[in-house]
Amino acid sequence: MNSKMNTRNTKVMNRFDVTSRLVAKLKHEEAVIGGIGNTNFDLWAAGHRPQNFYMLGSMGLAFPIALGVALAQPDRRVFALEGDGSLLMQLGALSTIAALKPKNLIMIVMDNGIYQITGAQPTPAAGIADIVAIAAGSGLTNSAWAADEEDFERLVDAAMSASEPSLIALRIDDKPGVGTTRRDPVQIRERFMHGLGVREPL
Amino acid sequence: MAIAEQQTSSQATHASSDKSWHDIVLQTLKRNEISLIPYVPDRVLTPLIKNLHADPFFTTFATAREEEAVGIVSGAWMGGRRGAVLMQTSGFATLANTLASLAVPYQIPLIMFVSERGTLGEFNYGQSLVCRTMRPVLDSLALEHHTITRLDELEFIADRSIKQAVTTQAPVALILNPLLTGGKTFDK
Repeated sequence: MNSKMNTRNTKVMNRFDVTSRLVAKLKHEEAVIGGIGNTNFDLWAAGHRPQNFYMLGSMGLAFPIALGVALAQPDRRVFALEGDGSLLMQLGALSTIAALKPKNLIMIVMDNGIYQITGAQPTPAAGIADIVAIAAGSGLTNSAWAADEEDFERLVDAAMSASEPSLIALRIDDKPGVGTTRRDPVQIRERFMHGLGVREPL
Repeated sequence: MAIAEQQTSSQATHASSDKSWHDIVLQTLKRNEISLIPYVPDRVLTPLIKNLHADPFFTTFATAREEEAVGIVSGAWMGGRRGAVLMQTSGFATLANTLASLAVPYQIPLIMFVSERGTLGEFNYGQSLVCRTMRPVLDSLALEHHTITRLDELEFIADRSIKQAVTTQAPVALILNPLLTGGKTFDK
């Protein structure tokens, strides 16, 4: 591993644990977009909220979808949870977000260096690229590795009142998600819109 | 969000012969409260993009990929704000996965304006081949799409198609043909 990478000093955490810690902090109907695969499985397992949106495809679009929500509802904090493999698919989105600077958007990257769900193959970036350095180089200056769980919670608290978009990266272990999202895209979208106050149920 | 007005504006029922195609597109977007316009640029779309940037009603910005733009307007729709994506034929060709796994199954009224390259005087063989993939992909998902060739039909087709997308919660592709826009030719 590149000696310049500060990931060496970060603790390896667990996706479900840190997702649960995040969800426990959400007191103002914050929106959460869960990226494809284990990322949204653990969001689901942490307890469904009406403001959660779960992706069932379109790998790499968690941040763009969250950006759209953030632009539509600038007074609501919008979180996006994405895996490192997914983010690698859509690195250009980081520059788009940096250019638009939505202060209510908070991006969280779960980095285990592998495509866990397809058989734990390493990503091309594993041990080579530094996601926080990529984000900073894309113009997202408010980007940081979480050193451990307490540091993650501190970074989330800071992001809640930040004046620019925030990106928090965490090293996580190779465990699969602990639940499985109910794969009903129309209900997922409709309930999310209810949760955001865009629509009322029939 | 309020359901879109069921009626097409009376303006849409007759030709606006004194307006350019891009004026009509911009005004139709505005009338339908579509304010978020991510795009991947195209030479033919340049006057439309320029005028959208100049109008503060719109939030207009470039994205690195068309998929990204689709994600953005999908999120915005769920958050109560309407958007449309501008792209070229070759950009549409990158979207099959996103259409089939996001816009269609989640019932997102994704509005796409596609500047058509690859036909009626195309000079780049690759563009002409990419163009041939577009309608089969749209048809394979049974997506609504219209190829607009005439200025006097543009406002009607665009206005009605946007309203249909919103009320039926289904994507639509509006293909801007060289007969409408002039297209891009080798000597330009």
